[in-house]
Amino acid sequence: MEDLKHSPLHEEHLKLDARMAPFGGWEMPIQYAGILPEHKAVRESAGVFDISHMGQILVTNARSRGNRVGPWLNRLLTNNIEKLALNEGQYTLLLNANGGVIDDLIVYRTAADDFLLVVNAARISEVDEWMRKHLEDSQIEMVNISATCGGLAVQGPSAETIYAAITDETSQLPPRFHIAKVETDEGTVFICRTGYTGEDGFELFCPVQTTGMWWKKVLDAAVTPCGLGARDSLRLEKCYPLNGSDLSMERTPLEAGLNFCVDLTKRFFIGQDALLEQKKNGIPERLAALRMTGKSPPPRHGYAVLDGEQQIGELTSGGLSPGLGVGIGMAYLPSGKHLAGTELSIEIRGKRHSAVVVKKPFL
Amino acid sequence: MNIPEDLKYATSHEWARVDSEGVATVGITDHAQEELTDLVYVELPEIGRDVTSGEDTAVVESVKSANDIYSPLEGEVVEVNEAVSEDPALVNSDPYGEGWLFRIKLSDPATAETLLTPEAYREQIS
Repeated sequence: MEDLKHSPLHEEHLKLDARMAPFGGWEMPIQYAGILPEHKAVRESAGVFDISHMGQILVTNARSRGNRVGPWLNRLLTNNIEKLALNEGQYTLLLNANGGVIDDLIVYRTAADDFLLVVNAARISEVDEWMRKHLEDSQIEMVNISATCGGLAVQGPSAETIYAAITDETSQLPPRFHIAKVETDEGTVFICRTGYTGEDGFELFCPVQTTGMWWKKVLDAAVTPCGLGARDSLRLEKCYPLNGSDLSMERTPLEAGLNFCVDLTKRFFIGQDALLEQKKNGIPERLAALRMTGKSPPPRHGYAVLDGEQQIGELTSGGLSPGLGVGIGMAYLPSGKHLAGTELSIEIRGKRHSAVVVKKPFL
Repeated sequence: MNIPEDLKYATSHEWARVDSEGVATVGITDHAQEELTDLVYVELPEIGRDVTSGEDTAVVESVKSANDIYSPLEGEVVEVNEAVSEDPALVNSDPYGEGWLFRIKLSDPATAETLLTPEAYREQIS
């Protein structure tokens, strides 16, 4: 594999015999012991994921005076950043002028007018470039610290206990969707009480040279190492969209059903006009959750969704749900066909298997 | 790596055990099941179907991928292993025993000699 970036934990993954594969320009572990046992570990106790490939961008008020960064970010992002208390975070989207999604990310208020954005690995340069293009205020400083940060996500019901163990009970997890900063000799460690699995958990971003130390501490606390395979099956069960599959620059948040993180009452944000227009004219397609109604091969990304004889869409995500024991997937369907209870079929290797639209999430 | 001495092998990682009646039992090798990781779905051929050597005959799926299984020899499908349909994990845990996939009545039992010996297969995968 050429030109792929290596995580600071690369050697650790090889030691554990992980299956590696390219992801977003990085060579990442897909699985260690197996996707099914890893998935189970997260639902039942705890799993740890290497998320060193993710991006972190700090946006700060150079003079620490006044309110400049918040309002500026509010013009780029869909959610209302003014709602955020100190150390609070929110899920939000960065749109282009057509209302298409550049990236979905989480933004945290780390000081009165300072913010940390945590973005997808595959979109770090796009987000950075887009933001810089729209930055005209010399009193706002933007620093992309992605290369200096390693990261790991501990996810599962035991997350709080694990955190106590790895910090020797010296600190407490922040509340859900909040961030805590711990200053160490090597630099700042960010602890975010969020995740991509639907379980309790935290994402820990640390100075890159200390990532191995944190990883070992977590493994010593008997946490199961988990790869991107389980990360995908876990998030799919919760209907969390994946940028690049369920989200793209060709789809708006309204089509994706992400209205909860879009505040159309804000004075202005890039893409707002396009969304208001779409609302006025009617949203043509909606991202729906589909569940196979019987035993079938796993539904996968790209498989056709049929309404009777007619193809009306294709799966943007799909797989076997370990929790449900049946296939699940998501697809953009014509408005009307996206409603729960709609009976459709998925074509797999030339055969049609019945499926039904269900309410999100699957589990 | 487990490569039983009493079986024949195909370059595409299937094994065949031929009995005195010219019926071949077919499955995938230990090397194959390990590469594929945990199987979650197995699609078996219809009984009565005629297959040629190298024809895609069955499908085994892991969480991450769907993979064609090729008949190593020419013949008619006379039996399939319903147990692996019910429990695909059998293919991983016992690829040469309970994890067998299908049986074909060979059109010419002598063709089994064209398959790889255990030594030749071992060479291929090393």
